[in-house]
Amino acid sequence: MTEIIVVTSGKGGVGKTTTSASLAVGLARRGKKVAVIDFDVGLRNLDLIMGCERRVVYDFVNVIQGECTLKQALIKDKRIETLHVLAASQTRDKEALSKEGVERVLNELTEDGFDYVICDSPAGIEKGASLAMYFADRAIVVVNPEVSSVRDSDRILGLLASKTRRAEQGAGGVEQHLLLTRYNPDRVANGDMMGIADVKDILGIEVLGVIPESPGVLTASNAGVPVILDDTSDAGQAYADAVARLSGEERPMRFIDATKKGFLARIFGS
Amino acid sequence: MGLFDLFRSRPKNTASVAAERLRIIVMQERAANGRPDYLPMLRRELLEVIRKYVNVDPDAIDIHVTHEGEGEVLELSVALPEKHTAAPATPATGET
Repeated sequence: MTEIIVVTSGKGGVGKTTTSASLAVGLARRGKKVAVIDFDVGLRNLDLIMGCERRVVYDFVNVIQGECTLKQALIKDKRIETLHVLAASQTRDKEALSKEGVERVLNELTEDGFDYVICDSPAGIEKGASLAMYFADRAIVVVNPEVSSVRDSDRILGLLASKTRRAEQGAGGVEQHLLLTRYNPDRVANGDMMGIADVKDILGIEVLGVIPESPGVLTASNAGVPVILDDTSDAGQAYADAVARLSGEERPMRFIDATKKGFLARIFGS
Repeated sequence: MGLFDLFRSRPKNTASVAAERLRIIVMQERAANGRPDYLPMLRRELLEVIRKYVNVDPDAIDIHVTHEGEGEVLELSVALPEKHTAAPATPATGET
């Protein structure tokens, strides 16, 4: 049984591709057969984050338009054998995607015995984003604790509840999770940033994970190594926890408490 | 928060301001979501028709869609002025 997971947000720059890459690696590392698809036609980046940009020969649009087989376009990850990347086309626009074409690719991945297909959605609510979410069984809404991101997430939640195959078929809708990224516990403690409870309360859905703001995310993207593979970084460990929860394990939230200041720091300020 | 910060004016807790603003706007947008988008135009045209006969206030028309069980109900209420004053313009003048 293949599970289709969309990673979406509405707003750009909140960490969708970083999240897609780390979830895909995390699930594949647990022995699952995973394909991660970049739906951001015209602005592809998943290949860079995954570190396979020089191995892209054929892309998602080539497969949809019958210019190559799915097998030819799937890039096997060099680190984890069960992980496959399908890059977006860099030269076309999002109109090159069609609902029938996307469905055909997803059906073929199902027949090939993939356990998970991760759909990395583009920002916005246009065709690329709506097709990325349409066939999903589960949605991970990536949100920063910041007003525009939270509002856009609510809009996306509305679309997930109405503009998806599951919603149209009345099949119980898409299972929704929030993933908070760029979370800064110190700023939350100071009252400068909304906390987990605020975001959860406003959006009304459960939180799958909290990824702290971390220098590790940038260094990982520099190197083309998904941050989950960096066991020394807090963001990498937080992604590993989120993957464990996605797989049904219980894990306490980590990296959500403010750093404790020493006595002198408290007297004289930081 | 150091000792010296006590003498500075403390800024407001901006996180709680953000959360409050979001609660309100998200609630409003959820209520508006799924409402037919022709409502504002319908409201304007109805107002024009009604004003041919009764000089009602522009705010006198209240229009919304409510869900009742399976179906949807279009509710329209018009508050008429105290005394029915005929509209000043367009007396029926037959053909010109």
